[in-house]
Amino acid sequence: MYFLRRLAYMIPLLLVISAITFWLVHLAPGNPFATERAPASPQIEHNLRAKYHADEPIWKQYVRYMGGLLHGDFGPSMKYRDHSVTDIIHQALPVSMLLGWLAFGFAMGVGLPVGFATAVRRGQWHDYLGSFLALLAVCIPGFVIAPLLVLGFAMKWKLLPVALWASPLHAVLPTIALGLYFAGKVARLFREGMLNTMQMEFVTAARAKGLGENTLLLRHAVRLAVLPVVSYAGPMLADLLTGSFVIEIIFQIPGLGVFFINSSLNNDYMLTVGLALLYAVLLIVLNLAVDFAYMILDPRVKYE
Amino acid sequence: MSEETIDTLKPGVADQDGSPNAPVSSATQSGSSPAQRAWRRFKKNHPALLSAWYLALLLIVIVAWPVALKIIPATGPHGSAWAKAYAPEELSDAQFQSPSPQHWFGTDEHGRDVLSRVLYGAQISLLVGFVGASVSLVIGVLWGSIAGLAGGRTDSVMMRIVDVLYSLPSIIFVVVLITTLGQKLKQMPFVRHSPGIEHELRLMILFVGLGAISWLTMARIVRGQVLSLRTRQFVDASRTLGASPVRILFRHIIPNVFGVVIVYLTLTVPSIVLYESFLSFLGLGVQPPMASWGSLISEGVDQINPIRVYWWMIVFPGGVLVSTLLALNFLGDGLRDAWDVKGS
Repeated sequence: MYFLRRLAYMIPLLLVISAITFWLVHLAPGNPFATERAPASPQIEHNLRAKYHADEPIWKQYVRYMGGLLHGDFGPSMKYRDHSVTDIIHQALPVSMLLGWLAFGFAMGVGLPVGFATAVRRGQWHDYLGSFLALLAVCIPGFVIAPLLVLGFAMKWKLLPVALWASPLHAVLPTIALGLYFAGKVARLFREGMLNTMQMEFVTAARAKGLGENTLLLRHAVRLAVLPVVSYAGPMLADLLTGSFVIEIIFQIPGLGVFFINSSLNNDYMLTVGLALLYAVLLIVLNLAVDFAYMILDPRVKYE
Repeated sequence: MSEETIDTLKPGVADQDGSPNAPVSSATQSGSSPAQRAWRRFKKNHPALLSAWYLALLLIVIVAWPVALKIIPATGPHGSAWAKAYAPEELSDAQFQSPSPQHWFGTDEHGRDVLSRVLYGAQISLLVGFVGASVSLVIGVLWGSIAGLAGGRTDSVMMRIVDVLYSLPSIIFVVVLITTLGQKLKQMPFVRHSPGIEHELRLMILFVGLGAISWLTMARIVRGQVLSLRTRQFVDASRTLGASPVRILFRHIIPNVFGVVIVYLTLTVPSIVLYESFLSFLGLGVQPPMASWGSLISEGVDQINPIRVYWWMIVFPGGVLVSTLLALNFLGDGLRDAWDVKGS
C-alpha cells in the first residue's frame, strides 16, 4: 500500500519537474536552430520554427510535449536532426547503465571487504591504512583520477586502451575511475555499521552462547551492518548515472552524460528536458526500490 | 493554578538554580563551557589539527601571493621581471616546461606558471565553497528550525518537501540553471556595457545554485535539534513569558544549534568545492581567463596526447584539490567528534 502511494506521488512530482525544466530551458536566449555555419535564411528558419512548433506560446508547447510523453514520444532532438530524443535515449541509456552497474559492482566489491576488514581489526594498522585509503578515495574526484589512470595505464605502460567503448578492456579504466569514490564511501559506511552492530547486545549474547566468531560476524552482524550501505545504494546508483558525465567525456563514451551536457549548451530544449525527466524517474524509482529492499532486510522497519 | 501544576514546575525552577540532580548543569559545575571541552577534545585529534594547520597555511599563501605579485615590481626592474614571469595571465614562450626550480609546478600551453594559476584558482574554488556553504547554511537553518518549531502539519509538509528534493538529481537542475542563466546574462544590457561584470554575476549564480542544492542535510539535522530543544524548559519559560515564535527562534533556538551547524558547515564546504570543480571541469562553471581548480584540471586533460605527457598540468592542480578536500573532511570529522554530534 505504502509503495503504491509513493508511486502515485510520483505523477504530480514529475509534472512539476517537467514544467519547471521546460520553462527554464525556454528562458535561455538564442535558439536551437542557430548554427555556427552560415545562418539559415529567414524563410528556412520560419519553417523550422513552425515544424517544431517553436512559435507557439510556451504553455501550448508544454501541453503538446506532455501529450507526446503519454505515447512514449520524447519529441524530436533539435540539434541531432535525424534523431528523436527517444532514439538517443535508446542508444545512450544502455551504455550509461552498463557503466553505472560496473562501477556499482566495483564499489561494492572493493568497499565491502575493506569496510569489513577495517571494522574487525579496529585500532590496528590495517584499520588506519584502510580507513585512510577510504577517505582518500572519497576525496579524489573522478576527473582527477581518470586522467591519471589514462596517463599511467594507457599512455605509459600501454596496458589498456586510452578511450572509447568497444571491448571489455575499454571498460576497465572508466569503471575504476567512476567507482573509486563510491568504493570509499561504501567502505566508510560499512565500517561504521559493523562497529555499531558489534556493540549490540545480541552480538554479546551470541558470543556468550559460544557461536563461532566467523559465523557470528558473517551471518548475523553483517546482515544488520549492511543497512546503512543499502540505504545509500539508491542515491549512489543515481550519482553513478549522473556522475558519469565527466568520465564519459574523458573516455569519449557515447552515454547519456555527453548528450545531456551538449544539449544544455546547445539549447537543444527537447533533449535537455527529456534527459532531466529520465534522470528524475530513474532516481525516484531507485530510491523506492532501496526502501523496499530495506524493509525486507530489516523486519523492524515498517512503512505505513 | 492547581497544586499539581506547581509541583511539576518545581524541578524546572530548581534546574535553573543549578541543582545537582539536573543533568543539564553538570557542564557548568566542571568549570568549562561545552565549547571549551570540545576544543580540548579537538586538540587531541592529530589529523584534524594537522588539517587545520594545512588549511591555514594554504589560506595565507593564497592571500599573500597576489600581494607579492603587486608589491615586488616596485623594487626595481629585477622585481618586475620576476612578477611578470609569475603573473597568472601573462603569456610567454616558455611553454610546457616540466617542473623546475623556476616553475615548481611547470608551465602550461601558454607558458603561464602553473603554481601561480593554481593559487589564483584556489581563490575562486574556496570562495565558491565558503559562500555556497553559507547560502546552504542560511536556507537549511531557517527551514529546519521553522519546521521543527512549527511542528504538526507545517512540519510534515516541509520535511516531505525535503524528502522529495533528496530524491531528485540536483546536479541536473544546476546544469540547466547555470547554462540558461549564463546565456541570459550575456544578453542583459548592463552586461553588454561592461563585460567584466559577467564573471562576477556567473560566480553569483554558482554561489546560489550550489548553495540551493546543499541545504537538505543541514535542514534535517537542525530540525532534529530543534525538536529536542523546543521541549526544554527555558523555551517553555520564554513562551510563558509571552515571547513571540520569531523571538524564540532567533534568541533561543538558533544560538543553541550553532555548534552542530558549524560542524556540518565544515562538511558542506568540501562538497561544494567538489561540485564547483565538477562544473568548471565541464566548462559550465567559471569562464576563462578566470580559473578554478576544476578548469585547470580540464586544461590539463585537454593536453593529453600520445606524443608527450604533461603530467604536471593534472597532478599539481589535482593534488592541491585532493589535499584540500582531504583536510576539510578531516577537519569536519574532527569537529563533529569534538562536539559529539550525532548524525541525522
